Amino acid sequence: MFYREAGQFKTSYKADQALMPILQDRVGLLVILAIAFVVIPVFANDFFLTSIMIPFLVFSLAAIGLNVLTGFCGQLSLGTGAFMGVGAYAAYKLTTIFPDANVIVMVLLSGVFSAAIGAIFGLPSLRIKGLYLAVTTLAAQFFLEWCFIRIGWLYNYNASGAIEIPHREAFGLVVSGAEATPIVRYFIVLCITAGIAFLMANVLRGRIGRSWMMIRDMDIAAELMGIRPLQTKLLAFAVSSYICGVAGAMMVFFWLNAAEPSSYSIALSFQILFMVILGGLGSLGGAFMGAAFIWILPVFLKFIPGTIGIDVAAETVEHVTFMIVGALIIFFLIVEPHGFARLWQIAKQKLRVWPFPY
Amino acid sequence: MLYDIFIDPFVQMYDMPDFFLQVLWEGFVAGILYALIALGFVLIFKASGVFNFAQGIMVVFAGLTLVGLNENGVPAYLALALTIGAMGILAYGVERVVMRPLVNQPDIILLMATIGLTYFLIGFGEFVFGGEPKQMITEELGLPTGSTAIEFGDRGLVILQHIDIAAAVIAVLMVAALGIFFNKTRIGRALRAVADDHQAALSVGISLNQIWAIVWFAAGLVALATGIMWGARSDVSFALEIVAFKALPVLILGGFTSIPGAIVGGLIIGFGEKIGELYWGGLVGGGIESWLAYIIALIFLLFRPQGLFGERIIERV
Repeated sequence: MFYREAGQFKTSYKADQALMPILQDRVGLLVILAIAFVVIPVFANDFFLTSIMIPFLVFSLAAIGLNVLTGFCGQLSLGTGAFMGVGAYAAYKLTTIFPDANVIVMVLLSGVFSAAIGAIFGLPSLRIKGLYLAVTTLAAQFFLEWCFIRIGWLYNYNASGAIEIPHREAFGLVVSGAEATPIVRYFIVLCITAGIAFLMANVLRGRIGRSWMMIRDMDIAAELMGIRPLQTKLLAFAVSSYICGVAGAMMVFFWLNAAEPSSYSIALSFQILFMVILGGLGSLGGAFMGAAFIWILPVFLKFIPGTIGIDVAAETVEHVTFMIVGALIIFFLIVEPHGFARLWQIAKQKLRVWPFPY
Repeated sequence: MLYDIFIDPFVQMYDMPDFFLQVLWEGFVAGILYALIALGFVLIFKASGVFNFAQGIMVVFAGLTLVGLNENGVPAYLALALTIGAMGILAYGVERVVMRPLVNQPDIILLMATIGLTYFLIGFGEFVFGGEPKQMITEELGLPTGSTAIEFGDRGLVILQHIDIAAAVIAVLMVAALGIFFNKTRIGRALRAVADDHQAALSVGISLNQIWAIVWFAAGLVALATGIMWGARSDVSFALEIVAFKALPVLILGGFTSIPGAIVGGLIIGFGEKIGELYWGGLVGGGIESWLAYIIALIFLLFRPQGLFGERIIERV
């Protein structure tokens, strides 16, 4: 009823191949973009921008990156946090070596380093599969974390061992460093995330995305049908690491302002993996929904005791939050193992046939 | 440079045999403890095909329960019995709440569910017992605490902590007990049947749910033993969870389904890690213990993708 294809005729090949052939989808996307670009900047306060929206967008992008690898190419990775770290440290080095260059370009460029490292650690995937591969990606996680601690050159031999983001300007605005306003940061993060998401939406439905999905569904059959596993898998690792690297660089440049090696620990890898699984493997929209759930839920849980007037120690709240998040993860896996993306599809189907049950 | 890498460490080993033996012993003990954690993983993977990420936190949880009960005035042995009971309840709960509804889901979903369980147990453990490290009640449990020095004439001496010897003995006893349990008892045979083929086991009247609860309980007992041993060497704290990640390279070295593999893999990783750290670690600034195990496992896997004792992977299209 509300959501239907009936009556929407496609009269050209172009219309048939459009990214969103259904009118309601296009309207929905425009509404979301309008909210993101106009409503939130106008009405949101700084707290909402810095502690909810910016991290949410950064994590969404990282979840998209991991989704490319795990959801579309079927290679389970537990090294996401480290690849994000590579992006962050590369961007930091680039901007200290070239202080006059546009920092946004540097952030986008830093993903290239992350992609190269990701491709190297993707090499074992040619021989190793499944859970075995997941454990070998832990090698990347711990090795890279060690590099962030031990190689002084990476953090310019700071006494603190952490990277501190310097003051940088671009387009006449302060974009990074402590003086940058949340609204500027928000717009940069939003533009990069939306841009990469749009790009990936098109890559994933094209030849490259389809070859990834063939490898995921049955690698030997894909090989017999002329997909080269070496190039395809390494490309998936590189693209995924590029996106994760950009997300990691954005995380420190536009959100945290400073990062130490422990910011990119295994805990971050798991967090991103949760977002991907709960959102739905192999779905871009799911990456956003998963990131929203995993990041925003704990923030809200922290405020619940205060608002209903119970005085609880901050520690207790944190522990209970952990318990609730863990329990909810199990709950959602049981209810819908295919994630929020599947729930959204079911909802669309219900809207399509409403008011009839089927 | 080449001299430092290829010759100098061996010269050192020859010059100071007592130090080398000490390193070997340290590696042996670390390996035993890794093997114990890996054993818990293998038990559950064999019976249900679930890669149980929560094994590490179960170790911490068991240790914390034991120490926490003792702190509140429960005598040590009673606390031990109560902890075993708690692991039983946990096993039953996991089987009932997590495993049963998720039957027949893909590996990655089950893996995620156990990570969810990890989060839950971290929160629960900290909520009940607090987050700060605790001292393991080694003496109350009647475990030895001293150390023995073995001298080799004028070539120096090797110091053996009694608790380490106890750990090795307990590990051997546990593996032997598990071996007898698997091979000689009715439930053990049912367990092996389930490991071979779920559907065939069901068709001859073996209850999968019961078997899973038993397996999780056995893994809980292994976790408790590991928790006591690790706790006696350092403190009982949530930092142990990171150590549990070390069990993963052990697992892929030995193969996910092999109990002897877990032991041999644990020893290889334990020896490799300690020797690598002490003789080669200095060249790159130390601290290589954190990733050396993974690199060893990775290189190993490139040549033998199914691990040392894993079942051969046969692929069909």
